[in-house]
Amino acid sequence: MMMKELSLHILDIVQNSIVAGATLIEIAIKVDHAGDWMAISVSDNGRGMDKVLLSQVESPFTTSRTTRKVGLGIPMFKAGAEGAGGSFTIKSTPGKGAYIEATYQISHLDRPPLGDIAGTLYVTVVCNDTIDIVFRYTVDDAGYSLDTREIRAVLGEDVPFNTPEVSQWIKNELAEGIHSLNGGV
Amino acid sequence: MKSIQELEAIRKKTLESINLRKDTEGTRIVVGMATCGIAAGARPVLTAFMDEAAKRNLQHVVVAQTGCIGVCRLEPIVEVYQPGKEKVTYVKVTPDMVGKIVTEHIVNGNPVTGYTIGYYEAHSK
Ligand SMILES: Nc1ncnc2c1ncn2[C@@H]1O[C@H](COP(=O)(O)OP(=O)(O)OP(=O)(O)O)[C@@H](O)[C@H]1O
Ligand SMILES: [Mg+2]
Repeated sequence: MMMKELSLHILDIVQNSIVAGATLIEIAIKVDHAGDWMAISVSDNGRGMDKVLLSQVESPFTTSRTTRKVGLGIPMFKAGAEGAGGSFTIKSTPGKGAYIEATYQISHLDRPPLGDIAGTLYVTVVCNDTIDIVFRYTVDDAGYSLDTREIRAVLGEDVPFNTPEVSQWIKNELAEGIHSLNGGV
Repeated sequence: MKSIQELEAIRKKTLESINLRKDTEGTRIVVGMATCGIAAGARPVLTAFMDEAAKRNLQHVVVAQTGCIGVCRLEPIVEVYQPGKEKVTYVKVTPDMVGKIVTEHIVNGNPVTGYTIGYYEAHSK
């Protein structure tokens, strides 16, 4: 099993934040072509992980199948970054939240493309109406951001994000905003 | 966000239909989005259902994501819940199957048997 796009890893890592009961999730992508470097981070205010769980999550390949079953999402994300000239960081404070970051060498042959990041944000935002999501995408000197709290402020409490017109507005907004950066990686 | 002003107009336009949505029990289409589902292609399936529901303006349909539904080898898995009916589980779903599921099952009420887990298990031995 593998993820063909970095945006699929992001979707997967965000699922962890949702399961952890986060009410605010921040997704950041920074691309620096001159430095041949990019970073993806996801932070949330969910229940977090204690030291024991953190250490298990980070090195699951060293645990045998007879010990606690550890998932695949984080190990795949970590292995992908470390196999593409980058690094992986995970931090958490129990009860406060978690922060996960992966970096990549842009030109590395084993770095998957970012892929359909608009699609990842579209499903995450529209299907998780009650979670505030902040997306910041920076490509060199240009930036795009989306904050669902601003959308919620305009719509009020009565209009869900999955209302047909609203979901299509969100889809178009993301597509245009991300396209405007013109910095596909 | 550039076009946020448009949202105000959308809000006004949709408030009425939203009250309608609240009053009726509708269909839930749930796509499994655990790691195995995502790796197997669940995202384009989920977006296809969301787009289809929006394009056809299906007011009583909610498309949602969930964690692990079942067996990794059958992902992407989609479950359809309708009031008073048994849950229908579709397996190995691809975006090109979505139009048919929406037309025949969601709109016309006839599950696409050939895509269901029961059919798959019976014919893949
Ligand atoms: N943001 C987070 N907040 C709190 N706990 C987390 C977070 N991310 C991961 N965890 C913990 O780490 C475990 C491992 O995560 P990982 O994504 O690797 O696997 P998983 O989600 O359990 O299964 P899957 O293979 O479907 O991803 C999770 O089960 C959860 O207990
Ligand atoms: Mg996971």
